[in-house]
Amino acid sequence: MKRFLYELNESWRIAVAQMRSNMTRSALTALGVIIGIIAVTLMGTAVNGISIGFDNSMSVLGDDVLYVTQWPWKQVDDWWNYRDRKKIKTEYAETLNRMIERTPNSNLVVAVPTSSLFRSIKYGGNSVDNVFVLGTTSDFIVTSTIDCKEGRFFSDTESRGGASVVVIGYDVADALFPSENPIDKSVLINGQLFKVIGVNSRQGTFLGLFSWDSMVALPLGAFNKYFSSKSESDVRVKVKDKRKLAEAKDELTGLMRRVRGLQPEVKDDFSVNEQQAFKSTLDPVKNSIAVAGLFITGLSLFVGAIGIMNITFVSVKERTKEIGTRKALGARRRTILLQFLIESTALCLLGGFIGLTLAYLMCFGIEKAFPSFPIHFSLGLVFASMTVSVATGLISGFAPAWTASRLDPVVALRYE
Amino acid sequence: MNHNSTRPVGPLVIDIENITKDYVMGEEIVRALRGVSLQIHRNEYIAIMGPSGSGKSTLMNMLGCLDTPTSGRYEFNGRNVAEMDDDELAAIRNREIGFVFQTFNLLPRSTSLRNVELPLIYAGIDPETREEMAVRVLDEVGLGDRMNHKPNELSGGQRQRVAVARALVNNPSIILVTHERDIAAHARRTVHLRDGLIETDHAGFIPEVDLVALDRP
Ligand SMILES: Nc1ncnc2c1ncn2[C@@H]1O[C@H](COP(=O)(O)OP(=O)(O)OP(=O)(O)O)[C@@H](O)[C@H]1O
Repeated sequence: MKRFLYELNESWRIAVAQMRSNMTRSALTALGVIIGIIAVTLMGTAVNGISIGFDNSMSVLGDDVLYVTQWPWKQVDDWWNYRDRKKIKTEYAETLNRMIERTPNSNLVVAVPTSSLFRSIKYGGNSVDNVFVLGTTSDFIVTSTIDCKEGRFFSDTESRGGASVVVIGYDVADALFPSENPIDKSVLINGQLFKVIGVNSRQGTFLGLFSWDSMVALPLGAFNKYFSSKSESDVRVKVKDKRKLAEAKDELTGLMRRVRGLQPEVKDDFSVNEQQAFKSTLDPVKNSIAVAGLFITGLSLFVGAIGIMNITFVSVKERTKEIGTRKALGARRRTILLQFLIESTALCLLGGFIGLTLAYLMCFGIEKAFPSFPIHFSLGLVFASMTVSVATGLISGFAPAWTASRLDPVVALRYE
Repeated sequence: MNHNSTRPVGPLVIDIENITKDYVMGEEIVRALRGVSLQIHRNEYIAIMGPSGSGKSTLMNMLGCLDTPTSGRYEFNGRNVAEMDDDELAAIRNREIGFVFQTFNLLPRSTSLRNVELPLIYAGIDPETREEMAVRVLDEVGLGDRMNHKPNELSGGQRQRVAVARALVNNPSIILVTHERDIAAHARRTVHLRDGLIETDHAGFIPEVDLVALDRP
């Protein structure tokens, strides 16, 4: 063990001396690793950013909320079985709430109806098209991560009375009111005036996935009055304890079957979904982006690794006589193997360190220049790329180091 | 065989019996050693001489445990070398054998001190003891003031002394010096090789008069 440490120390000193005395060569070889690490790290930050963006968008759905919908939130092969299902009606929410109240120890808290469609919104000369317009009740805030930067969400009274008020998303506010305070201004939706009573704080958009920033919410009563036509409705139900999601789901399914008046032998004609279901359809997408991205950038690291391997082979060749001498003086195979492995690893670590520093600076620059670009540098990433550097060094150094350790001392000593 | 190793001056260190070494070169087999037997005791001083191609280097490689014989028996301090694997041979070389190569083979980027320390590193000796031992030997060869010089900052003679110090530092049982006529000239026993066989084995240094012109001992 001790001997191993001394040998390690000795190898390390040789490696440093070797790099010093072959500055240019080492620098050029390390360059390959530097580029590789930069590419992989940047891709890593992007993958990280994408993943965080996905999760952010997903958090809009809430992990303690169940969604009663006509269609399930997953790929279905037998779509025809779902097409003819009855639509979900917003009135179900009230029925469900009455049932929940009557159930002792219910796992459910409250049912909130939502209807939605896309409309354009105008204020003065500004207008935003295709805004997601949501009609709901004041209970909606219970089920959502939404919070108001300015103003407030609509009240129970406004909600029941179907008042013509609206809460608008950050981006909508930004587009309609570039230089004014939106509160108490009236915006035009579908030819109808709504008073802005709240603006949501910024949530961040990502790859066009849902974001509160480009939505508006108004009382369901008003929604039904003015755009009753082709809207999509569903009911979301807040769960008491998200660790008991499965029980809550069973309970809700039972309640819905009663609402629909289904006989025991009839299959459900609705779906109860949770965030997780959505996640599991999105995760493969996320993962393939990550795999493809890392594979492509990994190729550049591979090229760097070949450079390291090549230079280590050259180094072994050049120092054949030295290897012979070391063996004659008692270096064992393992010692020689270690020596060259450490040399290639040191080179890779150096390259990895420089590459990481550069990548960090680049990330910093990108973040400053394009704040919306999904990029995220983390400590885990630093650790990962250092591990990758070391692994690259070990893998690319192995073949030459193995060759060196197997040299016959007699042959090596005679080498000129 | 002429076997008059006159003065067994100590216990037996090297005991070789009828060793052979064949090199296979494609179809052809070169028989570099064809049955050599040799006993060497502690404190002996032997020159191995012989014409070019007679097998001197091959025998030296065997004695130095750098290579194993094709057949025959080789015992080093009572241990059977012929059957050892690479790492066991390395351990023997490290502890029992000091090499002084013709070209010294010093590590060019290391100081005298570090060159001399090298065998001690492979022996697993701790840094303080290592340095102490190396300094002592360097002092003995008169290089106490050149310890932090690299080989290219030393004269040829000084380099040779570093090489000698490195060979001595592990307190080996035997020191092998290659291609050094001056050193051979002081030998007290001379073994002559010819065609892979021991031709004569005399006390004292007896250069091969008839071969001197061609000889490259
Ligand atoms: N690795 C090898 N492969 C094939 N043949 C070899 C090898 N090494 C030595 N030989 C042969 O073995 C014989 C003895 O060689 P060796 O080097 O031992 O001679 P030597 O006495 O040291 O000669 P010199 O004084 O010229 O160095 C020679 O004929 C040589 O060609």
